[in-house]
Amino acid sequence: MDATFKVQRYDPESQEGSHYEEFEVDLPEYGSVLEGLLDIRDHQDGSLSLRCSCRSAICGSCSMKINGESRLACKAMVSDIKETEGDIITVEPMGNMPVIKDLVVNMDMFWEKVEKIEPYLQPTGPEPEKEYLVSNDEMMKLAVAMNCIMCGACVSDCTVLEVDKTFLGPAALAKAFRFAADPRDGAQEERLESYNEPTGVWDCTRCFMCVQACPKDVAPMERIMDIRSMVVENEIDKKGRGQRHIQGFIDGVKHSGRLDEFGLARKTFGFPIWAFELADLGIRRILRLRLPPIIHKSIKSAKNVKKIFENLGV
Amino acid sequence: MRYAFWPGCVSKAGTPELFPAATAVANKIGMDLVELDQANCTGAGVLGERNEELVDTLNARNFAMAEQMGLDTILTICSTCQGVMSSVNYKLREKPEYLAKINENLKEEGLEYKGTVRVTHMMWAVVEELGLDKLSEMVVNPLTGLRIAPFYGCYILRPRYVLGMDEHPDRTQYLEKIIAALGAEPIDYEGKLRCCGFPIMTINQDNGLKMVANHTLEAKDKGAHALVTPCPLCHLNLDEFQPRAASKAGESIDMPVLHLPQLIGSALGFNVKEMGLKRHIISTDNFVEIAGIS
Repeated sequence: MDATFKVQRYDPESQEGSHYEEFEVDLPEYGSVLEGLLDIRDHQDGSLSLRCSCRSAICGSCSMKINGESRLACKAMVSDIKETEGDIITVEPMGNMPVIKDLVVNMDMFWEKVEKIEPYLQPTGPEPEKEYLVSNDEMMKLAVAMNCIMCGACVSDCTVLEVDKTFLGPAALAKAFRFAADPRDGAQEERLESYNEPTGVWDCTRCFMCVQACPKDVAPMERIMDIRSMVVENEIDKKGRGQRHIQGFIDGVKHSGRLDEFGLARKTFGFPIWAFELADLGIRRILRLRLPPIIHKSIKSAKNVKKIFENLGV
Repeated sequence: MRYAFWPGCVSKAGTPELFPAATAVANKIGMDLVELDQANCTGAGVLGERNEELVDTLNARNFAMAEQMGLDTILTICSTCQGVMSSVNYKLREKPEYLAKINENLKEEGLEYKGTVRVTHMMWAVVEELGLDKLSEMVVNPLTGLRIAPFYGCYILRPRYVLGMDEHPDRTQYLEKIIAALGAEPIDYEGKLRCCGFPIMTINQDNGLKMVANHTLEAKDKGAHALVTPCPLCHLNLDEFQPRAASKAGESIDMPVLHLPQLIGSALGFNVKEMGLKRHIISTDNFVEIAGIS
């Protein structure tokens, strides 16, 4: 199978800067993007730099951008890509991390963020005589997050990290869930307080990029939402905007069946701050005659919706 | 074709120009929309942060109402509602035991979701059910000379496995195809598949505004006359917060943002008032002039 690879090249010792080079490769029917790159390195240009090891989607070394999306090069089949995305396969280094050379990035920032969430169990109380016992059900909840192979694909595609490098990011926060939700851990409250801080779980914009990018179905964004639920359930920061936003949303839908935008703004920002925070927007809206209904209307069957909330204890 | 219609809360409140524009266009292109007037908010991703079973039950309630009306497809004009509905529907149809549990929560109201509903967005229905050829034939005011930047929004792109992308892999290119079918030129730029920043506006406005500035400025650099989006929440952020984003970025942006039905309607002969084009925060005057809309 013939394939055209368009590879982003960068050599810090050359004056040329970042640029693209095209290579033609001939691969077996089920050849992966990684095999294509190794073929280029072995037969066409020995200076091509990339990271790889297991070639079986286990080690997490070969994450890179393939046609703009971060994936493991060993798991990305050239034939699939050609069929659905077109003939040219564009390969670039991961995003959000500085490029060292060609497809190799500096992952220091990735590891620093993982370290920040304290990725180790912190049990309290006396040590049990034998091993710590955890039920199957409780372990199953953690299993999804434990599948992470630290490849960096989620961090590479994170839209918040694109604008703010201080965000803890999807990989570290998925790992944070893995420890905060572990029944053997004794530091849950301190963890939730720390993950609730600015740069933590509330900075995620729920864009699903990490869910799409993760090759191991960890769905980091969903794990971030799991931590948010734990923060709310444990009443870690009842006055925090994140929690107030959720509560304001719940109140509106519970009592009227619909989203109450005015009520939500009032409850999220608090009275009378909301009026100041939104003043310029309000004035522009008045000038454009673009006012939403001032009096929020309920749907006729709102009491049935309320009953659903009550029955589920919300 | 007949659809159970869920307009979403924002199309009647935060972006009040969307509902009339969308229903006028639907009527013109032969979409028969029967509004689910007793449906509830889908949760917009926010309620799920508190209780997933609640969100699944609320959405199953809406699906059950569509089934009761004898309609097999729910059409929405909100990407976020579409994303939440598709994801809940995927889960309920995959797990019959879980569906049975959710139906227990609906019993009191006498509702049951049988799992037969299909969720679609107006953007998908225009391409897949009306067809681009037919849409082109209906154009009376080709948008020639206009360069339009597509902005999809997250919920209509990801995660692919709940959004029917295996069956329709080109759903990531529908905006470009519709723009071209209307006679305008679609602009390619990095931001088109990214996040508008709306969900973090109450938490970290700085980050949200940077996203708005990045996408609108990039589209401007590429020569776009306007952005078009199928998501009212993206519209809220990209249009309403653009003045703040511009002052934060220290640059003037002035990039009008259109709802998809407004763009379609502009080519189908509707006037400025019918499409609510004067109701945006960022003026659409330049777009209106080049498009030659009355």
